[in-house]
Amino acid sequence: MQYLEGRKYIVQAIFLAVALVFATRLFYIQVLDGSYKLAADRNTLQRIVQPPYRGLIYDRKGQILVQNTPVYDLMVVPREVKQLDTLRFSELLQLPLADVREALQTARNFSRVKASPLVQNLSTRELAAIQDNLIDFPGFSVKARMARSYSTHNMAHALGYVGSITPKLLERPQYSKYQPGEFLGITGLESFYEKQLMGRRGVQYRMVNVRGIEKGAFRGGEYDTLSVAGQDLHLSLDSDLQAYAEKLMAGKRGSVVALDPKTGEILVFVSAPMFDPEMLSGNGMGNRYMELLNNPEQPLFNRPLMATYPPGSTFKLINELVALQAGVVTPQTGFPCNWKLVRCTHRHENPTNVGIAIKQSCNPYFYQVMRATVLRGRSSNRFEDARLGLGEWRRKVMDFGLGEKLGVDMGQEKKGLIPSPEFYDKRNGHHRWTFRTVYSLSIGQGEIGITGLQMANVMATIANRGWYYTPHFVRSVGQSGPLPEYKIQHTVGVDPIHFEEIIPGMQSVVDGRGGTGSNASLLDMGISVAGKTGTVQNPHGEDHATFAAFAPAQDPKIAIVVFIENGGFGGSSAAPLASLVMEKYLRGQVAPWRHHWEEWLPGSADRFIVRRRH
Amino acid sequence: MNTPARYNRSIDWVTVLLYLLLVGVGWLNVYAASYSPDAPANPLSTLSFGQLMDFNWFKQIVWIGTALILIMVLLVIDPKAYDTFAFGLYGVMIVLLIVTPFIARPIAGSRSWLELGPVRLQPAEFAKFITALAASRYLASINLRQQSFRDQLVLAGLTLLPPLLIIAANETGQALVFGAFLLAYFREGMSPLILLLLAAGGVILLLALLVPKLWLVAAFTVILLIVLFANRRALLHHLPLAIGTWVVVIGMVFGVDFFFNSVLQDHQRKRIEILLNPSSDPLGVGWNVTQSKIAIGSGGLAGKGFLQGTQTKFDFVPEQSTDFIFCTVGEEWGWVGTLATIVLFMVLLMRVVYVAERQKSVFGRTYGYCVASIIFFHFCVNIGMTIGLAPVVGIPLPFFSYGGSSLWSFTTLLFILLAIDAARKQDLERY
Repeated sequence: MQYLEGRKYIVQAIFLAVALVFATRLFYIQVLDGSYKLAADRNTLQRIVQPPYRGLIYDRKGQILVQNTPVYDLMVVPREVKQLDTLRFSELLQLPLADVREALQTARNFSRVKASPLVQNLSTRELAAIQDNLIDFPGFSVKARMARSYSTHNMAHALGYVGSITPKLLERPQYSKYQPGEFLGITGLESFYEKQLMGRRGVQYRMVNVRGIEKGAFRGGEYDTLSVAGQDLHLSLDSDLQAYAEKLMAGKRGSVVALDPKTGEILVFVSAPMFDPEMLSGNGMGNRYMELLNNPEQPLFNRPLMATYPPGSTFKLINELVALQAGVVTPQTGFPCNWKLVRCTHRHENPTNVGIAIKQSCNPYFYQVMRATVLRGRSSNRFEDARLGLGEWRRKVMDFGLGEKLGVDMGQEKKGLIPSPEFYDKRNGHHRWTFRTVYSLSIGQGEIGITGLQMANVMATIANRGWYYTPHFVRSVGQSGPLPEYKIQHTVGVDPIHFEEIIPGMQSVVDGRGGTGSNASLLDMGISVAGKTGTVQNPHGEDHATFAAFAPAQDPKIAIVVFIENGGFGGSSAAPLASLVMEKYLRGQVAPWRHHWEEWLPGSADRFIVRRRH
Repeated sequence: MNTPARYNRSIDWVTVLLYLLLVGVGWLNVYAASYSPDAPANPLSTLSFGQLMDFNWFKQIVWIGTALILIMVLLVIDPKAYDTFAFGLYGVMIVLLIVTPFIARPIAGSRSWLELGPVRLQPAEFAKFITALAASRYLASINLRQQSFRDQLVLAGLTLLPPLLIIAANETGQALVFGAFLLAYFREGMSPLILLLLAAGGVILLLALLVPKLWLVAAFTVILLIVLFANRRALLHHLPLAIGTWVVVIGMVFGVDFFFNSVLQDHQRKRIEILLNPSSDPLGVGWNVTQSKIAIGSGGLAGKGFLQGTQTKFDFVPEQSTDFIFCTVGEEWGWVGTLATIVLFMVLLMRVVYVAERQKSVFGRTYGYCVASIIFFHFCVNIGMTIGLAPVVGIPLPFFSYGGSSLWSFTTLLFILLAIDAARKQDLERY
């Protein structure tokens, strides 16, 4: 049997082979493969997120605008729902049976074991009505949450609203920390300052056993953090002035933007038609949102930021400033009101200097000003000359913050359009266009597009004689002042002397005899307003009325732009509206003899249609 | 006359030490697995015996204590008795295995536990060492050199009867252990072909489950044709064997489905499916394996530390103090711990083989190999299932797993060998 003794080695080899396989396999799953550690943490660690208290929003004078109040979500864990009497349940909730069924199905699709909201935003009173009966319905529970509530009925467009995060947003990396159903700012300041308003979530790690029962803090709470409340926003908006402006804009479409030129702070921000910010909060906000969305007047459209219009005659000021800086005209330059290519709306004195031209808003004058700026013989080819000239002109114009986003502290802002030579090359063909093609730009018509905010900023720039701070809504985040980008002064490349050369003309628009903006005059209160009317041709209907101004002319404290869609002549509707807002801001009240404007202005724009453009 | 005192010189203290180490380390892990942070800080002084008996770790102390008494008894008994009474014990065991399903109350789906007052015993546990004794006795009684076919048949019957009865009592896992005897028989002269054929059969069955059958048939046919072509000069001589093999293999390949679907019970089939595809049913049958792997895998290199295992402490791993005790080792002691455990078992197995080889009698040597094989089989299947390399079969990890029945049976298994070993010099003196 001697030969069999060798078999002990075979047996031992089998033992060792298995041991080796095990050791290798264990090395793989324990040391090399990290996924089991993650799986173990997923098993036992439950992350409890404490939503922080959202920052509050105050107006310029410290009056509270937006705060938090508790609301309640009715949550459901589908697995725990036992023999639900859906009919009785829907009666209790006062919801249609089909809605309840659908909501339950949505919850089931999300998860059978995790709680998801069935009805959101119940008020304390609504909760009280159902709470006692909830005990009959296992699987349902109530979760308290903070929701936004408003102490103002105005400035909905500026404030924006909060809503639960959409699945699409959840996929973006910057929202990776949000939970499904969590609320965040969707539009306006709520959205732009989401990070500051949000604060920091508190996170607690709890260990749970296989049945999900808590077994205490993880590592004695070493990794737990407390939530940190969001920072408050202090707006530059003046809620009283805003309410006043909104009242005047009632019934119209358009916008009013007023700035403090010295700081770039936005004082008034009206997008008409308006709606109450409360509409997009609380129970039923989804339905109300759909109502607003489907309203043909488009109340959700943030006009001062998103609507780009040809600026009309107000743009003549920029053309003049560019020409003065380029040295192609002087304030004493006169051009004949010759009605050659462009006509004027009315007969007026001969524009022998820029003051008269601005006061009379003379179209041929500014056509010739821009022609002088653009066509300077840079090339013997007249096509190329126009091309080079327009490019140069555009760069100067864009220095005013036009054709690009200004960078206001709100999303949604549109760039507007200052057409480039390439724009016309593409449309008409290279060297197939001359100055005669683009001459409408000289009077602010044609392809050009500017937002209300941009125009207000131009007014602030003129008021400052050549510089501006980027317009912004928030003068202080918490106690730390505005965001750093709003402390940078921008200059527009036009010397202060040239501003001084056009401002008297703007003053005579308002204060001079027969000025187009005389309805905006506050001279009776000793305040000189510098302004410019605009009446913008509009292929879709009546002309749009604009008025841009600042006051007092020598020490400007407010710059304002009023834009009324289909409002006709700017001088008769937009100008008085702007003067009321300016007077209210500068004096705190409006002179009694202007009260009739307050009566007359609110309402539909139709009443303003009396005369044709100036 | 033997006295315990005489053993002092001749008992194999290395094995005893290894045994104590395994039991001790095993207890630490049972303690960790059944430890509850909610329990009183100092249970031994604050709780009564009855309350303490609610804790597995305390009961395990009792089982270990009784096992030590059992060792004394085993060493006092004249080792010749095991030889002499092997068949008698075997007969009693067979009777017990037959009657157990009729008198036992059903526990966890099988009627295999006998209750004697507070103690519950599983005859199947003890069937292992008794069958080992009987088989060794039988092998020692026949002429190994001239063993007849009848002898082999008797040995096969002797080995297969207990597992068949155990399967009848629905304890398939315990029955599979008897397959381990083949290793011992191999050492005593069984043809290696049987092991090879079994291994080949296993591989073919596994392939039949994993690979499309037609591919398998085609591949096998091609290989066979190549072999035949290589031996083409003796083609006619090899042809019948080749055709026979082909038929058997093809039969197996296609028989797998029948075996899988009709012979195996539902839970057994699922366990094999889980082995082949662990993620097929993560919350159902796959739960055990998935959670077991998570627990072990999360241990990392050095483990989370004694009593720090979260997966075991919070009951994610089922049967954590019995069949899945290795999870606690893996989670709390990491790879260092699992490797140490494997090394410890290997040292024990090598030592048992060494002890077996130094026996002068066929009986002693065969029994020694049976001990090694049985421990090895448990080691293989138990650890294999916790790391997803073997199907989930409910058999314990020797000396580690909580439970009196299994601890006593492994203790008996091992210490009968040590008793026989200690007496081997007297055998010499006698003969």
